[in-house]
Amino acid sequence: MLLSEIKSILNADVLSGEDDAALNEKDIHTACGCDLMSDVLAFVKDQSLLLTGLINSQVIRTAEMMDIVAICFVRGKTPTEDVIELAREKGITLMHTSYPLYLACGKLYEKGLGGRCDA
Amino acid sequence: MRKHYTISGEDFSAAGEASSDFKAVLKKLGIDPTVIRRISIAMYEAEINTIIHGGGGECDAEISGKSICVTFRDNGPGIPDVNLAMQEGWSTAGEHIRELGFGAGMGLPNMKKYTDDMTIDTAPGQGTTITLIINL
Repeated sequence: MLLSEIKSILNADVLSGEDDAALNEKDIHTACGCDLMSDVLAFVKDQSLLLTGLINSQVIRTAEMMDIVAICFVRGKTPTEDVIELAREKGITLMHTSYPLYLACGKLYEKGLGGRCDA
Repeated sequence: MRKHYTISGEDFSAAGEASSDFKAVLKKLGIDPTVIRRISIAMYEAEINTIIHGGGGECDAEISGKSICVTFRDNGPGIPDVNLAMQEGWSTAGEHIRELGFGAGMGLPNMKKYTDDMTIDTAPGQGTTITLIINL
């Protein structure tokens, strides 16, 4: 699913400055929703979109280590400019949506964007 | 090739800078992306722990023909019971660390999971040295 479609489904705003053409270049195959970065580092595999309510710089660092290419902050949360700038440096797209985590994940899942589970 | 990093214990927002820099080095060297991700995750967990529990420290990262070896040393309180600390879910991190998304007791188990060899040299009052190795 293209990141531009995800933006549309979640009625999200892009925080890191990319236009729709740039969003069309990022194809997202799986996603995960999590507020605990420890669990993202421990259990996430090959997900390329992270949905979270945390907005500190460690979310960006965690995404960087996991090769996650886009983050969508839920519940309308917006990180500080230094966090957004760090994401730009690392080539990670940032968006935010007013939907809560459960609904945001559900809307994407309903449209065919799955997660990855070994269970 | 060797890299040395000083890990500040003062600024949690800077946690991950060493891991980020070393990841960039590995990319430039053309190391297998799967290996890069494994060592990056383990190194980042260790860097976080060095700040949270060790109050900062030193990190040395070395790439040889056969392996990647990363060592973190701190002068913190040490780990009284390593077996307990290796259990998933066991953590002594404070509430402020948990609010930042860490402190779930997955750090040490995660380092072991993503590396080929991991050693912990620690004693109460004598700090902690963790060595992470991934074979190439």
